[in-house]
Amino acid sequence: MPGKTYVQATINGEHTDFLCEPRQSLLEVLRDVIGLTGTKEGCNDGNCGACTIILDGRIVTPCLVLAVEAEGKEMTTIEGIANGSTLHPIQQSFLENAALQCGICTPGFIVATKALLDENPNPTEYEIRFWLANNLCRCTGYDKIIRAVQDAATTMQEAKA
Amino acid sequence: MPTVYIPSLMQSLTGGKQTVQVEGSTVRQVVEALEQSYPGMRARLVDSGRIKPNISVAIDGEVTTLGMLQKVGENSEVHFLPAIGGGSHNRHGG
Amino acid sequence: MTTTAYEPNMVLVNETFDVVGTRPIRHDGADKVTGRALYGADFDTAGLLHGKILRSPHAHARIKSIDTSKAEALPGVLAIVTAKDLPTTKAGVIVDFGEGNMELKYLRDNILASDKALYKGHAIAAVAASSPHVAEEAAALIDVQYEVLEPVLTAPEGMKEGAPLVHEDLKTEELGEKTDKSSNLASHFRHTKGDLDQGFQEADIVVEREFNTVTVHQGYIEPHPATALWNQDGRLHIWCSTQGAFVVRDSCAQILDIPVSQIRVVPMEIGGGFGGKINVYLEPVAALLSKKTGHAVKIVMSRADCFEGTGPTPGSYVKVKIGAKNDGTITAAHAYLAYEAGAYPGSPVGAGGMCVFSAYDIDNVVIDGYDVVVNKPKTAAYRAPGAPNAAFATEQVVDELANKLGMDPIDLRLKNAAKEGTRRADGPVFPRIGCVEVLEAMKSHPHYSAPLEGPNRGRGVSIGFWFNIGLASSCSISVNDDGTINLVEGSTDIGGTRASIAMQAAEVLGIAAEDVRPSVADTDSVGYTAVTGGSRTTFATGWAAYEAAQDVKRQMIERAATVWEVDADSVEFDKGAFKSKTDPELSMSFKDLAGRLSSTGGPIVGRAAVNPQGAGGSFAGNIVDVEVDPETGKVEVLRFTAVQDVGKAIHPSYVEGQMQGGSAQGIGWALNEEYYMGEQGQMTNTSLLDYRMPTSLDLPMIDTVIVEVANPGHPFGVRGVGEANIIPPTPAIANAIHSATGLRLERLPMNPGAVTEAGWKQRK
Repeated sequence: MPGKTYVQATINGEHTDFLCEPRQSLLEVLRDVIGLTGTKEGCNDGNCGACTIILDGRIVTPCLVLAVEAEGKEMTTIEGIANGSTLHPIQQSFLENAALQCGICTPGFIVATKALLDENPNPTEYEIRFWLANNLCRCTGYDKIIRAVQDAATTMQEAKA
Repeated sequence: MPTVYIPSLMQSLTGGKQTVQVEGSTVRQVVEALEQSYPGMRARLVDSGRIKPNISVAIDGEVTTLGMLQKVGENSEVHFLPAIGGGSHNRHGG
Repeated sequence: MTTTAYEPNMVLVNETFDVVGTRPIRHDGADKVTGRALYGADFDTAGLLHGKILRSPHAHARIKSIDTSKAEALPGVLAIVTAKDLPTTKAGVIVDFGEGNMELKYLRDNILASDKALYKGHAIAAVAASSPHVAEEAAALIDVQYEVLEPVLTAPEGMKEGAPLVHEDLKTEELGEKTDKSSNLASHFRHTKGDLDQGFQEADIVVEREFNTVTVHQGYIEPHPATALWNQDGRLHIWCSTQGAFVVRDSCAQILDIPVSQIRVVPMEIGGGFGGKINVYLEPVAALLSKKTGHAVKIVMSRADCFEGTGPTPGSYVKVKIGAKNDGTITAAHAYLAYEAGAYPGSPVGAGGMCVFSAYDIDNVVIDGYDVVVNKPKTAAYRAPGAPNAAFATEQVVDELANKLGMDPIDLRLKNAAKEGTRRADGPVFPRIGCVEVLEAMKSHPHYSAPLEGPNRGRGVSIGFWFNIGLASSCSISVNDDGTINLVEGSTDIGGTRASIAMQAAEVLGIAAEDVRPSVADTDSVGYTAVTGGSRTTFATGWAAYEAAQDVKRQMIERAATVWEVDADSVEFDKGAFKSKTDPELSMSFKDLAGRLSSTGGPIVGRAAVNPQGAGGSFAGNIVDVEVDPETGKVEVLRFTAVQDVGKAIHPSYVEGQMQGGSAQGIGWALNEEYYMGEQGQMTNTSLLDYRMPTSLDLPMIDTVIVEVANPGHPFGVRGVGEANIIPPTPAIANAIHSATGLRLERLPMNPGAVTEAGWKQRK
């Protein structure tokens, strides 16, 4: 078995370095090596979106990224979404809209929504549904999630205005 | 007297009767009274002093978890239902 | 049949509450939107090892030998277990968890197969190693020799004369009486009411159809995780995601043959269950590995493990025949239900039999149910288990009757609707229920009268019944000196029940929902509490919280009396304040008195353990619009309305959420989801890409109508809400497809292939 590789990256604004085996996924390293367990594993093959993070400005499922590929990259995980001691408007909106039940898919949805609203601050219902179609939720039927995203978009627009 | 509804697959023991009335203020007493009138009934319902695993007892429409100890009212309806299971917990849903 | 005038049940409007019925932010909310909440797979401890389970590649095979020597030699491997490491099992020992029973041999064999592998994915052996990768490599090095046997895969196949036997020693049981014949038919029951032949003679029109459904999975997003530490003092600690920590404790005690007091189960946050996280799979295996190594061992299932190694809900064959008079009066109904139990007896056919005709008041009924073992995973609960399979049949036959009689389908249902006093075919008489109210709410909903224009579009309706359960729950409440309370409960919070339970305690004590700190405790720290399931948690654990709060209230009244030097009988509690009945000067808020507890006699702790009956059944109905692509057969859901009688909605947002979630699962069941089986019994679509549950892009908004027919059996009128909502979607969509195309879909899923094939067959 080959030795471990030294990797440096920026996670949630902080310089981070870690050792990993070449076969370890970025998801495994985030959770088991670095201890950022807010990123959830639902399928380990890119189909459920529970582990969604932002990697160099794009959403990815880190279960499909090797940890060694993170060298020099910048990442945002669910742990980096809140604004210090206050929740991000998306997080607040998910709570106010009761957009979660069991909560296992929620980190992935919130990260994906952050990326959506960064790119498209005023999405239509269809655009929201299209963007979030790689994030599976089995509890809510998506209705309240869509409403939470719409409300968050409005709140964030108003805050900017 | 409580009214006991006899499951169709056990009505051979009651000569085809769908309901019978017997004395008893607990399920245990009802089963004993059934056995007096319709010998063989106890063996179909009870094993080692307890209601058989695949049968559940409902009093006035409510399945009881007390088994033989369940109290039975003067005008209660007693149902012996198939507790289809053999099977862990899934009778009671998700 | 004589019809009597029926007064619809009163909708609960006459009682107002301060907290019940409001929409506070859930207590565990911040943890769950920041990623801080700890689920089973997030658990870590010093010296943690990782486990992997080797599973059978065959659906039916005799295990000839297991050679673990190569795996043991791999560096990093610390232990390997097989069925030989489980206690030996005498045949015929029945274990009873107070709410369900199972033969101990089956329970143990489902954890690790002893003599035969009974389904693809059946656990054979397990490895503990220094990392999950090493464990996986080692599992692949275990050499198992199988004698492959012919599998039996559906209930009708399993019941055929000469079918391969899943269990050579299984004899058919007919309500307590074992027959002598070895068979895959584990049991047969029959419910009868009235005279079926007479009933069909009275009918002017009879419709009979056969339906087939296939295996589907709960599809929770969190794969099963479990960590076990068998401590050197003999105590076993388990951290897992479960719907019932006490069920895990009791099951492990039986499987491992140790006293319950030697096991502590810590329920971590749970990432969905829907019935699928009640039975244990990993916990006893992790425990055995921990015992061998002296370390904590964590096992997390892969997604394929979830599909192949846990209990789905069964495929079924259902035949329904219903007769009606020209005026729409249903005179007779017969159902034949044959459900796949999976590898061991115990399909939800019993529940199917309880629900198949229970939305209707019918004088003459026969219901036959058959529980058939097949070479698939042992079925487990899935949201109203057994009822959707039955309703898919009944509600399509009722729809066809309405079409043939030229009646509005809701009017036909209303004419025959079950109501208070209706005797169900399985015996019980309905107490106050909301079947009529749900149908009335559907009929008056704007969706039902909205024009539906365009080709290939159709509208369908249906209704479903689920009985709900009570069972045991425990709670304790301690009063903090700032006027808040700590609420300790045993029900794992799978969808917002910390809030719905806390709100019931807050209502009693006149404090805000936010002034309650609810926590879900481990099995050492709270009284016995049954599963989060059966739509029971807000009903039964909420009731325990209500009683514990009443206990606090009584003690606080006595304390107020002590402080005021008056008799406790002269003190009352109203809207959060203690008052003297005689002296208007004497008044103290809950918060004020809470602040004085330590100086007036010490802390106050309230407690309650309940085992309530009277869960009250729940009815749910749907109105669905679909468009069917005439080229491909693809069905799109255009509009969806879910209506449900929930008794009293404690937290309406999470009630709506249950209705929307159940509807979405029903839509997936209707249109996409299935275990796509190869001929040798291998599931071929074990990824979420291929199993294809609904995504946000597949669904419309799901409108909800909460009907509140108060349940007289609960202090706030609660009925369970979690399950009934999954029953009506499959037939409502089938009826909508019929309305759009004229085609009757007699099997699930109604995917493009099935719709196209129905077109070829029915348009010949």
